[in-house]
Amino acid sequence: MTRPILEAKGLHVAFNGVKAADDVSIAIHDGEFLAIIGPNGSGKTTLLNICTGYIRPRSGRVLLDGHDITRLSPRAIARRGVARAFQIPQLFSTQRVIDNMMLALAATDGLWSAVRPLESPARRDEAKALLDLVGLAGDADRISSTLPEGHRKLLDIAVALALKPRLLLLDEPTSGVSALERFPLMEALMSALRQRGITALFVEHDMDVVARYASRVLVWNAGNIMAQGRPDEVFSNAQVRQRVVGVA
Amino acid sequence: MLNAIIPLLLDSLASAALIFFAAVGLTLVFSVLRVLNVAHGSLYSIGGYVAASICLFIASRQLNPYLSFAALLFSAVFVAAIFGPLIERSLVRWTYGKSEPVQILVTFGLFLILEDLQRMIFGVQSFYEDAPMRLLGTLTIGGVVYLNYQILLIGMALLVVIGLRLLINHTRLGRLITAVVTDREMAQSIGIDTNRIFILAFSLGVFLAALGGALATPTSGIAPGLGADTMVLAFAVAAIGGLGQIEGAAVASLIVGVARVLAIYLVPSLDAVAPYAAMLVVLLIRPYGLFGSMTARRI
Amino acid sequence: MRTIFATLAVLILAVLPVAAPWLQFVLTLAIAKGFAALGVAVLLRAGLISIGHAMFFAASAYGVAFLARAGIHDFGLLLILSVLAGALVGAVAGSFLVRYRAIFFAMLNLAVSMVFYALCAKLYSVTGGTDGMPVPVPAVFGIVFAEPVFKNVLFYLSLGLMVLVGVSVQRYLNSPLGHALSAVHTNEIRLEYLGIPVWAVLLIAYVISAALAGLGGAIAGFAIGRVVPDFAFWTASGHLVLIAVLGGIGGVPGAFIGALFLELLHSAAVTVTDSWNLIVGITLIVVIMFMPQGVYGLFARREVSSL
Repeated sequence: MTRPILEAKGLHVAFNGVKAADDVSIAIHDGEFLAIIGPNGSGKTTLLNICTGYIRPRSGRVLLDGHDITRLSPRAIARRGVARAFQIPQLFSTQRVIDNMMLALAATDGLWSAVRPLESPARRDEAKALLDLVGLAGDADRISSTLPEGHRKLLDIAVALALKPRLLLLDEPTSGVSALERFPLMEALMSALRQRGITALFVEHDMDVVARYASRVLVWNAGNIMAQGRPDEVFSNAQVRQRVVGVA
Repeated sequence: MLNAIIPLLLDSLASAALIFFAAVGLTLVFSVLRVLNVAHGSLYSIGGYVAASICLFIASRQLNPYLSFAALLFSAVFVAAIFGPLIERSLVRWTYGKSEPVQILVTFGLFLILEDLQRMIFGVQSFYEDAPMRLLGTLTIGGVVYLNYQILLIGMALLVVIGLRLLINHTRLGRLITAVVTDREMAQSIGIDTNRIFILAFSLGVFLAALGGALATPTSGIAPGLGADTMVLAFAVAAIGGLGQIEGAAVASLIVGVARVLAIYLVPSLDAVAPYAAMLVVLLIRPYGLFGSMTARRI
Repeated sequence: MRTIFATLAVLILAVLPVAAPWLQFVLTLAIAKGFAALGVAVLLRAGLISIGHAMFFAASAYGVAFLARAGIHDFGLLLILSVLAGALVGAVAGSFLVRYRAIFFAMLNLAVSMVFYALCAKLYSVTGGTDGMPVPVPAVFGIVFAEPVFKNVLFYLSLGLMVLVGVSVQRYLNSPLGHALSAVHTNEIRLEYLGIPVWAVLLIAYVISAALAGLGGAIAGFAIGRVVPDFAFWTASGHLVLIAVLGGIGGVPGAFIGALFLELLHSAAVTVTDSWNLIVGITLIVVIMFMPQGVYGLFARREVSSL
């Protein structure tokens, strides 16, 4: 097997004595679409926080292409091609949707672009194309705080995509998105990921989404990995069905 | 040796006591209302003006001079009763939940208004009425002369620290205030009349400021600009102690008082720099003050 | 449309002192304070309120006085060097101040500026104490004018600088750096996750804002002919914030509109009353409560209040 893009080794994390991760090791390989499922409060978001440098584990290491990134800041890790979409959308809420996108696009440009106007025809087109992809083309000139929750979520994902990452970490991409829009969103997301060759890791609650789109599933429970494998394998595991999926 | 240190110490403590009065109200109001009141220094000087006016009146009518002690206390109550509810209801309430720049600017506007009102009412000449200080006389121990008034100031400051702690820990009102400080929404939802708490807490803050101003006039007099000077000093002390920390303000007052007196004795030209330098050093090492804390933001 | 309005406004400003010569000093001072208020407004975009920017205003004015004392008499050189001095002080102070937010940022700026103020007032042998220092009439492009003529030249140079600097600052605000600045206010976490260094965004803004305040201070020093410690007192800083908010922090013209409005109102008010602070205080509160976008908000079409 090839060397993993991202690898977490022996992670230990605790909050006020409660173990969020107890000697956890995870690897994600090129081209994968790895889903992490598990009950609420089992430490899934914490894993994303660690992998992006927002918090530091008590012990253990995170490797990106074999390089240790455990002690790097979110900014430094973002600069190495890891983007993140949040469970609660993190937007520049007083700015227009298109400005959110253009600032993200500008973030990957060189230093010189910092003194040119943010809005250029080329950048605007690129932003529009991404908004089109997630179905927000009509909202480009709205102030982002006025968007409905589901659309804010889509914008958050589009912003992450605008960073042209190699690895995308998604925290419950379909939560807050209406049931009708869920699958169209996932289809658009998957085609964008394939088209751009982006590897992704996503935390998800919707088992239908996981079963349909994940290439591999990892079940997280009480700070440990309970099971992992192909979706059909994992979902046929009796223990997983009982504890996590919620069917006997 | 002791003869040199004790007067120095007494000076420091008395200076700290006055600074403490200026700062404790500011920090109290901040902890309950979450508003930094930039007009706080003006309430201090208004207390001073009212007290000085009444004391001068007492002197001019040749009434019993001991009445001036009652006058000091009365003027603080008077200022608090008038300005406390008025300011809280009309201006400060409007800023709850608004951003810091808005709160700072609204109270800065109030500061400008109060400064001019003082000038219109009390004029621009300075007031000096030291009857209360003269009445108490001096105390001579080991050949060194002490002002009894300084000892009174220190005692009053101690009384306020202890009184506030008792109020907060051992009375119903104190528990209500604590509830509001801890979780405003929760306090509201269990039926605490937060509006009343805000008025009371703000008025208490005004009272402490005005009391400080009243107690300060016999020692240093009062002149235009006192409000602005007091404001930054109170800021500095509240920040050093940690905004919202009453005991923190007490400790910070001591630090600033000592720093100031030391500066006066050692490098007189830098006495005005000492409080701010102390604030700068403390905030650079502990941005939330000696006793303050921060709560981290969660994603 | 906006460009036409702006051009018209600048032209009106240019001819006003011809019609009413006493206005020349008032307008020069208004432009000077406008620069400083613009500096404050730049930081307000990031949600940071500085009650200490009068320090940079005073630092540059003292800079001019010191340089003049040291024998430099060229206006351009004095202006450039003193603004650089302001920017340098800004870079030093900013490098540790930009770590702080909200009330802590406001208070630390206050503390730094009050240390500066106290030093200016107390170091009598260096700064002349509360008497301050004189700012002599400099040579402009090698020509030494009589004082009244110089004041006229100063006004038109300031007016020209206002346009030039105003356009540059607007360009800065429209750049990714400027947008990132507002983004600090709304969502620092996302900014970090975009890989944009927040401290660098803020430090650049801080240095720019200090340089703007410095430019204003240098012009004010020339116009008044003297610099005193009160330039740096905290109430002066408060007034700068007040002007910035009064003008509305939506755009560059706001700061200058706010300053002009206030200075003109001042010169009108002093003829009838001496309760100037009362009027300003009430105006400020009314504007904040009822016109949160400031006076400029009356003219701007689509701006979002960041307050």
